[in-house]
Amino acid sequence: MTLKTRGRAITLLGLVFLAGVYVRAIWFTPVERLQGGAQKIFYVHVPAAWSTMLAFSLVGLASILYLLMKDERYDRFAAASAEVGTVFACVMLTTGPLWAKPIWGTWWTWDARLTSTLFLFFLFIGYLLLRGAIPEAGTRARYSAVLGIFGAALVPFIHLTVYLFRTLHPQPIVLKPSAPSLPGDMLATLLFSFFTFTILYVGFVTQRYALGRGDSHVG
Amino acid sequence: MGEILRDAWVLARKDLALELRTKTGLASALVFTALVLTVFNFGRDPTAVAALDLAPSILWVTFTFAAVLSLNRAFQLELENQALDGLLVSPVDRRALYLGKLFANLCFVGFVEAVGLPLFALFFNISIVHVLPPLAALIAVATIGFVAVGTLLSALVIRVRFAELMLPVLLLPFFIPPLVGAVQVTARLFSGRPLSEVSGWLRLLLAYDLVFVSLATLLFPTTVDE
Repeated sequence: MTLKTRGRAITLLGLVFLAGVYVRAIWFTPVERLQGGAQKIFYVHVPAAWSTMLAFSLVGLASILYLLMKDERYDRFAAASAEVGTVFACVMLTTGPLWAKPIWGTWWTWDARLTSTLFLFFLFIGYLLLRGAIPEAGTRARYSAVLGIFGAALVPFIHLTVYLFRTLHPQPIVLKPSAPSLPGDMLATLLFSFFTFTILYVGFVTQRYALGRGDSHVG
Repeated sequence: MGEILRDAWVLARKDLALELRTKTGLASALVFTALVLTVFNFGRDPTAVAALDLAPSILWVTFTFAAVLSLNRAFQLELENQALDGLLVSPVDRRALYLGKLFANLCFVGFVEAVGLPLFALFFNISIVHVLPPLAALIAVATIGFVAVGTLLSALVIRVRFAELMLPVLLLPFFIPPLVGAVQVTARLFSGRPLSEVSGWLRLLLAYDLVFVSLATLLFPTTVDE
């Protein structure tokens, strides 16, 4: 099986699971008492945010590895991961306001987490623009690796910056020092969705990586 | 390290001598700063928003915009007659090359800020004399941070299409921590609050300088070497 078809197969599996997430979230997970139906978007929003963070952290890691080893496969992976991460960031940034309007009463607020993820999104748009503007593969790989590492170093600073403002965003409920504070049914749906979005990430990146290999053969 | 700093200083002096002989870059940056300050004054409703409320933001947005403009020319200068290749084959440590550019950019941006600050005080009727020492220190700390990142990124974009547009797109997200921190501290200074209220911001600004100056010095050699 070629890498491309393997990527397609993983993506297809991810999409089937995604349908499962919808079915489970809508019909088999209890409605939250205070937020009502709007809370259901949580099962898409939070896993999308997870995939975004995963994608962008791996861009930073792949950038460091590229500069150390000068192996073009790391660069191709970083490119694929950045593109896929940007798509997940779009999902996160559109589902967030949809939920925020009925619950917070506003589409957007300059809260710590919202602002950091928005700037992360801009940072990676810039990363992709830079990649698109350099025709020569070696220079492109080197420059984007440098930018990728700078971006990774910037993230904690942006987070700290906006954290010094007050935050309105719900606090983490799964990945936190104490036990998850979510009823079992909801937690199961959320974890299933995390799993699904990770599969989707792997599927998309594998396909994009395979396409990137084609690019370098043609170019 | 001593040799690197000495070489860096020689390179910075070359850039500054070049700048002082033509003066076009410096003159345009100064006029730009004065213009932005004027435009901002008309960009608010004077009956609704007092000048003092907006003053810290206007000061820092002006400084950062002026810095982006100045940073664009740092390496552009070296493209003429392949001067950059000349620099790269000269027996100078790459880190000295970066630090030299950083010093020159800091002098350039610092000069623009030194002229911009009294103009700002004049236009917005803000007395800066009694807060001058802490304000000058704050401007230095914040400027070092964003110019350090800008100097490296300007080396990335010189050979790229639409370099003038690419630099701000890449650079503005990096301006957020120093810009927000500087605005917060400036606002406290203008309203006469004690600096202890903003110790978190000051630490953030110092950490930013430390991280990005070292990271840029470390990564610059990989950036320019084929």
